[in-house]
Amino acid sequence: MAAGETHQATEAIFRIERARLIAGLARIVRNVDLAEELAQDALVIALSEWPRTGVPANPGAWLMTAAKRRAIDAIRRDKMRERKHEEIARDLDGDVDDTAEAIEASLDDDLGDELLGLIFTACHPVLSADARAALTLRVIGGLTTDEIARAFLSNEATIAQRIVRAKKTIAKAGLGFEVPRGAERAARLSSVLEVIYLIFNEGYAATAGDDLVRPSLCLEAGRLGRMLAELMPDDAEVFGLLALMEIQASRLPARIGPDGALMPLTEQNRARWDQLLIGRGLAALARAEALGGNGPYALQAALAACHARARSADDTDWPRIAALYDRLRVVMPSPVVDLNRAIAHSMAFGPEAGLVLLEEVAEDPALRNYAPLPAARGDFLFRAGRLAEARFEFDTAAKLTRNARERAFLRSRADACGPSVRKAAG
Amino acid sequence: MRVMVLVKATEDSEKEFVATPETMAAMEEMGRFNDELRKAGILLAADGLTPSSRGKRVAFDGPRRTVIDGPFAETRELVAGFWLWEVKDLDEAVAWVKRCPNPMPGPSEIEIRPIYEMADLQKGSDSGD
Repeated sequence: MAAGETHQATEAIFRIERARLIAGLARIVRNVDLAEELAQDALVIALSEWPRTGVPANPGAWLMTAAKRRAIDAIRRDKMRERKHEEIARDLDGDVDDTAEAIEASLDDDLGDELLGLIFTACHPVLSADARAALTLRVIGGLTTDEIARAFLSNEATIAQRIVRAKKTIAKAGLGFEVPRGAERAARLSSVLEVIYLIFNEGYAATAGDDLVRPSLCLEAGRLGRMLAELMPDDAEVFGLLALMEIQASRLPARIGPDGALMPLTEQNRARWDQLLIGRGLAALARAEALGGNGPYALQAALAACHARARSADDTDWPRIAALYDRLRVVMPSPVVDLNRAIAHSMAFGPEAGLVLLEEVAEDPALRNYAPLPAARGDFLFRAGRLAEARFEFDTAAKLTRNARERAFLRSRADACGPSVRKAAG
Repeated sequence: MRVMVLVKATEDSEKEFVATPETMAAMEEMGRFNDELRKAGILLAADGLTPSSRGKRVAFDGPRRTVIDGPFAETRELVAGFWLWEVKDLDEAVAWVKRCPNPMPGPSEIEIRPIYEMADLQKGSDSGD
């Protein structure tokens, strides 16, 4: 490969290798920030050398070696500086030498798969949920702080600071960048899955702003989910989450109507559902179920699959969905699950059944000011023919939602209930 | 962005597959490349196509439909296999394709074609308003 490589092409190769580079380096230097810096240094070296030499046969290993050399230089330089500045001869850290030697010894090692360890570290429960998501998108997803800020409708400085703090917290906690084993593994895995699903949902059901969907975050979460499924091929919940995301993402092309408003599942044009993703999702679900999947993600994926399998909204197997919600609330007790269970039962057994179940959760403080609650009640009342009450609920829901387009949708449902009671009476 | 990556046909791919030490080794090498794609989380689908001698074409002309049996001429314009990838941009796709082992014993070509996205299709309807 004698031909030189362009700047752009080199950067594309670097992006492919970046996460694995950082993972390998972080394992050695025990510091995400330094690992990221060393990886960046390796890119700079590649940018200056590859135009001359062409791309090496194994660019990942090449970049790793370059980064490790920089690490050794940096450690030696720090040590020299310390020597100069320290008047009193101190017992210099023995492990400075050890670290440098260890890196030197590993120079010819193959690029290992330390990625999983980095994922577990970036999603460590010692970090806040927001910090985990930002750090994961940065070091695993390779997003810039600006891209992350735009995705989370935040500003760059806030995100940058969040990431810096997260890295410091990891360093302070002395995390080893290893994949946890035994009992700890399950708890830590649920944190990893939670981060990926949070990223997905931030894209899928944007909680704020004028856009209902930010597909780039869904795509990123999907990629992370697929990566994780390769790294943990025997975990039911990993495949459960992957199945859930693939099936939900399959509806992205149909979720927004021609007027830019949110389309409820039952009204979506199913011809626009992405059959490729549905197929992938159903395959991942089958895998989760074969692995004994009975956890929250596998059950949620099974729910999503009921919709994906129905050729039309009328074909939806609502009794099955209601039964899955009965199971889901056992493994994932939450007022939101109970709310969705009420919706499922209303579809399976009539709006009155839904209203009864809704009464059981309506007083839950977690659902106070939660727009989907009055939206659901409005829907049940509407279907029960109690239009005036339905209108009141839709109006309440519209006032509560933070999403401009969802508000417009709820207002249109309120309008469909006819004039308000007072007006009708006057 | 989603891209379709097309392996263009050659005289070799237009012959039926025969298991030989060489073809098996090539398959194995391609399998390793596919593993890398899966690990990176970008592989959505992949398949290889049988020679065009097993295929058919339907030609359209107004209301007329004419069925043409394979094999088809212009071998180099035919497709021998494809992937669907979800990548961030075309540069990433190009970088991955460069890593692909040569899919054919001789010179060959792989073509990358971005798939229409919602935004592309909505452009048309907006301008039609």
